[in-house]
Amino acid sequence: MRTKAILFATLLVIAAAAPMLTASAQGGAETYAIRNARIVTVTGPVIENGTIVISDGKITAVGKNLSAPAGAKVIDATGLSVYPGMIDSGTTLGLVEIGSVAGSVDTAEIGDNNANIHVDVAIQPDSTHIPVARVNGITTVLTEPRGGLIAGQSALINLDGWVPRDMVLKSPAAMHINWPGSGRGGEFEFGPAQPQRSVAEVRREQERRVESIRKLLKDAAAYGDAKDARAKDPSLPKQDVDLKLEALIPVVRGQVPVVIHADMERDIKAAIAFADEMKIKMILAGGAEAYKVADQLRAKNIPVLVGPVLRMPAKEDDPYDAVYANAGLLAKAGVKIAFQTMDSAYVRNLPYHAGMAAAFGLAKDEALKAVTINPAEIFGVADKIGSIEQGKIADLIVTDGDPLEIRTQIKFLFINGRQIPLTSKHTELYERYKARP
Amino acid sequence: MKTRNAIISAILMLALAVSAFAQTGQRAVGSASRAGSVPSAQSRELLIQNATILTASHGTIKNGSILIRDGKIAAVGTDVKARDPNARIIDATGKYVTPGIIDCHSHTAVDGNVNEGTLSVTSMVRIQDVINPYDPDLYRQLAGGLTVANVLHGSANSIGGQNAVIKLKVGKPVNEWFIQDAPPGIKFALGENPKRSNRQVGNFAIPQRYPATRMGVEETIRGAFIRAKDYMREWQEYEAKKSSDKNAIPPRRDLQLDALVEILQGKRFIHSHCYRADEIVMLLNLGDELGFHVQTLQHVLEGYKVAKEIAAHKTGGSTFSDWWAYKMEAYDAIPYNAALMASRGVVVSLNSDSEELARRLYLEAAKAMKYGGVSEEEALRMVTLNPAIQLGIDKHVGSIDVGKDGDVVIFSQHPFSVYTVPEMTIIEGEVYFDRAKDLQQRAELKREKEELIKREREQRGPRGPRPGERPEEPQPRPTPTDREGQR
Repeated sequence: MRTKAILFATLLVIAAAAPMLTASAQGGAETYAIRNARIVTVTGPVIENGTIVISDGKITAVGKNLSAPAGAKVIDATGLSVYPGMIDSGTTLGLVEIGSVAGSVDTAEIGDNNANIHVDVAIQPDSTHIPVARVNGITTVLTEPRGGLIAGQSALINLDGWVPRDMVLKSPAAMHINWPGSGRGGEFEFGPAQPQRSVAEVRREQERRVESIRKLLKDAAAYGDAKDARAKDPSLPKQDVDLKLEALIPVVRGQVPVVIHADMERDIKAAIAFADEMKIKMILAGGAEAYKVADQLRAKNIPVLVGPVLRMPAKEDDPYDAVYANAGLLAKAGVKIAFQTMDSAYVRNLPYHAGMAAAFGLAKDEALKAVTINPAEIFGVADKIGSIEQGKIADLIVTDGDPLEIRTQIKFLFINGRQIPLTSKHTELYERYKARP
Repeated sequence: MKTRNAIISAILMLALAVSAFAQTGQRAVGSASRAGSVPSAQSRELLIQNATILTASHGTIKNGSILIRDGKIAAVGTDVKARDPNARIIDATGKYVTPGIIDCHSHTAVDGNVNEGTLSVTSMVRIQDVINPYDPDLYRQLAGGLTVANVLHGSANSIGGQNAVIKLKVGKPVNEWFIQDAPPGIKFALGENPKRSNRQVGNFAIPQRYPATRMGVEETIRGAFIRAKDYMREWQEYEAKKSSDKNAIPPRRDLQLDALVEILQGKRFIHSHCYRADEIVMLLNLGDELGFHVQTLQHVLEGYKVAKEIAAHKTGGSTFSDWWAYKMEAYDAIPYNAALMASRGVVVSLNSDSEELARRLYLEAAKAMKYGGVSEEEALRMVTLNPAIQLGIDKHVGSIDVGKDGDVVIFSQHPFSVYTVPEMTIIEGEVYFDRAKDLQQRAELKREKEELIKREREQRGPRGPRPGERPEEPQPRPTPTDREGQR
């Protein structure tokens, strides 16, 4: 049995060991004053005609009647609004360039247990997908591995940097488990058809796979205990190093949350029971049918990374808007939600996933929270990002309207307090061919 | 315990299937009979009043009304009254009305595989033979305001099969779905799909087949048309001499070449799947050389690079709003494509190629405003009037004008707002989707489903699943990264 004291001590150690975030590592973090703006802070009231001061990568002041510090670059935002940069809670951004070109795809490792792999070493800072996403207002994403039952460790990254380390806000952000039976593949028109199996067979296979995860987690707990014991008493026999179990120690100790990917009601229920049993800190991802389990999710305080929203209902006889309405029903039941696109090239459409959920029942301000402060809270970085507050990292977008609306344009973009040009591969090709004689 | 659970779920699965069918059937009957059962709906007239009407042809009418009589738009404007005192009246105060949405690239309702992928030229096969009117995705698309779909053969072959242009008249016999005088069309395909370069590994492994390069794709199309021209000449020679020569023998009928001859005679539209600028220009030039016109370029993701050439050929471009990077030939795709092509004079439509995306084409149109600053009406045309023009059906559909079919959508807010909800979809004056009714029916459908499951359980008793029975729960749909594929 672990005591709370041990847990707390461990957390302290982890916090101390976390790399310091220095926005100036990027270079060029100047002082800015955004003036005359409508400031949508998300966590506090909207400030009309306000000023935001950005210095050394951070928001140093927010309010009305602030004067710009000497030497600050002043941006007049009359008629414009400032929002926190948006956060996509489930992507493969930085791991894939061209879906069908295997050499450019690093999303899924081989084997069932990939607990020891972590995306922060494989993120391609020069991926053309990154500027494409950020010029549409997405400044932070969860980049996650996809392969196997235990897919590996995700990282929360800011979408600007020369090397992955510049970008990483938190790694590991979570361990990812693809719940058996949640079937993240799908039907394809070409290639050999998957053999049809009986219900009993599918169940047996599912049980077997869940059991294999259970065993791994139990082994990891034992491995961690043995390691601790030997640290205290060096006379104990030396253990062989097992990197996979090593990676799972913080998971079984509740220090790193587990994102469990599951869509169907039965899988979600099974995952909740499993998380309870193993005492792991669960976050549900996907959750197409999460609305059917909303009360249970609320009772267990399990947040849901909803999405993609823009997809078909899971079952033939579901209401046509089942997936659209899901987030609203969850929020109404008191479940904390965030949105995920589960994509890379289409991270830029994150606001429209949230917007569609809002069209079908989710309150507009809840939709905005679900792409800003909620994911920041879910991943434990609400002290750094997710809202416009003094002391937070200056990840900001200046827009001519509601960022969830398609017709809204981003006018200025700041990541880590650096003003980012609103260009991408797409704008460059556009300018080039617009000028074709 | 496990076995028992398995048995129960097997039974559930069957019952679900039954209930899903029943539900589809019920919805279908419901929507078809709605117009006939409500007293006022016996009227030949339907009046939608007090709406903001986006006509797609002549601007926006505030506080306007649309009168539909016998399925056709009889009047549009601010001062429109029903002639019939029993006319059905829909009060659309505060709401927005657009023409029915038209999808110029769809594979919806195709029963089975969209590709007859065994040959490189399959101009003899017809999509119209395999439309499944019970596909549940049809109702879901209606709920997104879709009224017309250009249902195309897949893109596995350089020259694919013949298309069908349908109205989504869910609940009506399928023979009433085809737009009778829509010019017939055919699917062509260039690039990675016909050369099958993405299909040689892993789950997609399929046998190699000619062509395997863009060179082979050009040659396949060239060869087919040269054969078609010979065949056409043989027929012309026969026709010329059959009156004078009783012993003249007609050429042997060739269904594959018949379709190509129709293209050469301008009677059949080419809708060609394409991506790269070079292959687009190749096809246009080949048409010049061999005497065929390309009606639309489909996907045409690099169309913006050669918009001038496309416009010069009076060829339409039907593209995605923002798809890119899912394969090599889509790596230079940009969301400004629609705007750039339009600015050079190309008639542009935005399509779905996906039952999912077809549910929200109205929002795809808004992206043409965001990326490249297309005007609001031009953006709306990209999912209404422009696809109608490209399909040669703009005399019937595509805008809210007197004389056209009464195909309209009522939205809760401006159709380009992400917060809008399509509330009613009307085809030829009949309501095929009504959100209020849909919401009302849900409790009843749920009850009916439970009843069906109960009855099924009682009838079957506890016994094991039959061999080869499918698991109860369908797998989730492919993730967006699987999009387009071979379609």
